[in-house]
Amino acid sequence: MPAPESLPMSLFDKLWKAHVVRPQSKATPAIIYIDLHLVHEVTSPQGFAVLRKKGIGVRCPERTLATLDHSIPTLPAGADGQRPYITQQAHRQVQTLRDNCREFAIELHDWDSPSRGIVHVMGPELGATQPGMTIVCGDSHTSTHGAFGALAFGIGSTEVGYVLAKQCLLQNRPRSMRINLQGKLSMGVTAKDLALNIIRHLGVNGGTGYVIEYAGEAVRSLDMESRMTLCNLTIETGARAGMIAADEVTIDYLRGRARVPQAGAYEQAAEKWLRLASDTDAVFDKEINLDVTGIRPTITYGTDPGMSVAIGEPVPVASNASQERALQYMGFRAGQSMRERKVDVVFVGSCTNGRISDLRAAAKVLHGRQLANHVRMLVVPGSENIRKQAEKEGLHEVFSAAGAEWRLPGCSMCIAMNGDIVPPGKTVVSTSNRNFEGRQGAGSRTLLASPETAAACAVMGRVAGVSDLAAAQEVA
Amino acid sequence: MRAFTKLTGPVLVLEQENIDTDQIIPARFLTATSFVGIGEHAFADWRLDAAGEPLPGHVLNEPRARHSPILVAGHNFGCGSSREHAPHALLGFGFRVVISSQIADIFTSNAQNIGLLPVVLEATQHVSLLQMDGEEITVDLEQCSVIVRAVDGAQQSWQFAIDPFARHCLLRGLDRFDFLDQAEDAIQAFEDRP
Repeated sequence: MPAPESLPMSLFDKLWKAHVVRPQSKATPAIIYIDLHLVHEVTSPQGFAVLRKKGIGVRCPERTLATLDHSIPTLPAGADGQRPYITQQAHRQVQTLRDNCREFAIELHDWDSPSRGIVHVMGPELGATQPGMTIVCGDSHTSTHGAFGALAFGIGSTEVGYVLAKQCLLQNRPRSMRINLQGKLSMGVTAKDLALNIIRHLGVNGGTGYVIEYAGEAVRSLDMESRMTLCNLTIETGARAGMIAADEVTIDYLRGRARVPQAGAYEQAAEKWLRLASDTDAVFDKEINLDVTGIRPTITYGTDPGMSVAIGEPVPVASNASQERALQYMGFRAGQSMRERKVDVVFVGSCTNGRISDLRAAAKVLHGRQLANHVRMLVVPGSENIRKQAEKEGLHEVFSAAGAEWRLPGCSMCIAMNGDIVPPGKTVVSTSNRNFEGRQGAGSRTLLASPETAAACAVMGRVAGVSDLAAAQEVA
Repeated sequence: MRAFTKLTGPVLVLEQENIDTDQIIPARFLTATSFVGIGEHAFADWRLDAAGEPLPGHVLNEPRARHSPILVAGHNFGCGSSREHAPHALLGFGFRVVISSQIADIFTSNAQNIGLLPVVLEATQHVSLLQMDGEEITVDLEQCSVIVRAVDGAQQSWQFAIDPFARHCLLRGLDRFDFLDQAEDAIQAFEDRP
């Protein structure tokens, strides 16, 4: 008898089904198996404490991968060989991770690793991130890994402990949403601009309860680094995860990386990965179509990533008390031109936009130009591999010649817990992911933008797009 | 985890929408390796000056704040990072319940895992609660209800929905880990698949 025709499934459906250890019931959530657990110093100590309290070990050290990124200095060690940690407590936190990884036999990319980097930059670089996987980390931007057709999401420290101990999580099945991105992005418009427009469209809570799959022509034409930027920022809609089905772009990116199967085995794996794409008739709980052709370089003006405008547009009128508070915090008036805003600090880096293509884009704008006198600019590569590649290409010299600071890899000013902070009241144009009040230092005012835009702002000393730079040069 | 069954107490209202986890606990307090004492840093940038002294006039610095176990917050509470430090900071500050009209996914599971009850009410009920700063209400997890006194003095009971397993664990103070542990055979079988 022929097998009954199976129902069409989405990428998410296929991944969920493949990882169910025990199905969801009326009274209990599903138990989901986790293929890869990424670990960093900030959210893991309490997870390891769970193990100690229960007297158990790490179930699958080979499925666990650790790095230093959040609390570490991005300045090199001093003459005495000591690294300039912001506090002893930060240093102790790093030492704690080191001790935990040693005790439980977990691969740690420490200072001496040639691959150390921000957790969401390093995983893909090593090929640890692969299509079809479930990936978690005690970090909300774990959504980044969804760019590879993985189901990847952030968890809390208690759950970090559960995954260390059992390699599993309790999960209720989220709802599914597909966003079809139609048309082509205009010249000079980046994945960052696209993502900021999607967040504004959905709202910072519009994704809550959903896993979002991005599909359509505009997604297929993005390179892997742009896809990572898009999936990274998906959490800013409140969504559990963002994902993009693997295609030839994905396969080409991963081929030959350290942790993927090699040679013939890779092509076999690739075939399997390509079959995970959503079936033609797959059903989603919600479906949205967005035409991307009209999107222009975008910048935020408020205190959540949904409050953004095209660079030439005025600051919108507040429509409620929370938005009024945001404008007040940011020092903006409704109707004011964004271009009037003086910029004090520029930050290029983070798991959102700290990859080699981001650094190249910023360097291209800065080449042969100088930062405005009053601007301080930090360029922080996302990983050691990116740092080395950038230095090979001479990008660090472009940054230094322009007057920017070239730093060691880390999260740095994105989360501002390592001493790289923006002073109170100062405006920073940042390629990172959150413009919350005080995110980059108490009282700091963050404008989120692409690396190109950030570099243009650094040169002009005020909010500007790359096109403003060309115009300014013609006048000069 | 401390069990939660039923609680009656005064409400503290923070009306702002989209209160993110960076507001609840700023990142510079995340270098600690334990959650002990983290409540002292809850909403640090809202209620403390640069020297760490309380800002006069902030609602969170009023004496009643530490004795108001029920936080009623604006729409989309707890968005942003996955830091479990956020619900721990709220618990440490003295809250046992957070009520809003929407609460972020990761914050919800983190809160449920550590014994802070997240309650999502309908928009109209939420709007009413936002007007009840300082009033005493009851949150009953057994009945899944929030009981308030209406303007005319009559009692009103509003039902809320919550994940049944989270409710089960919260009511009994159970660690969800035990459920995973009891599934050891299933996990082993999954790992042994060809």
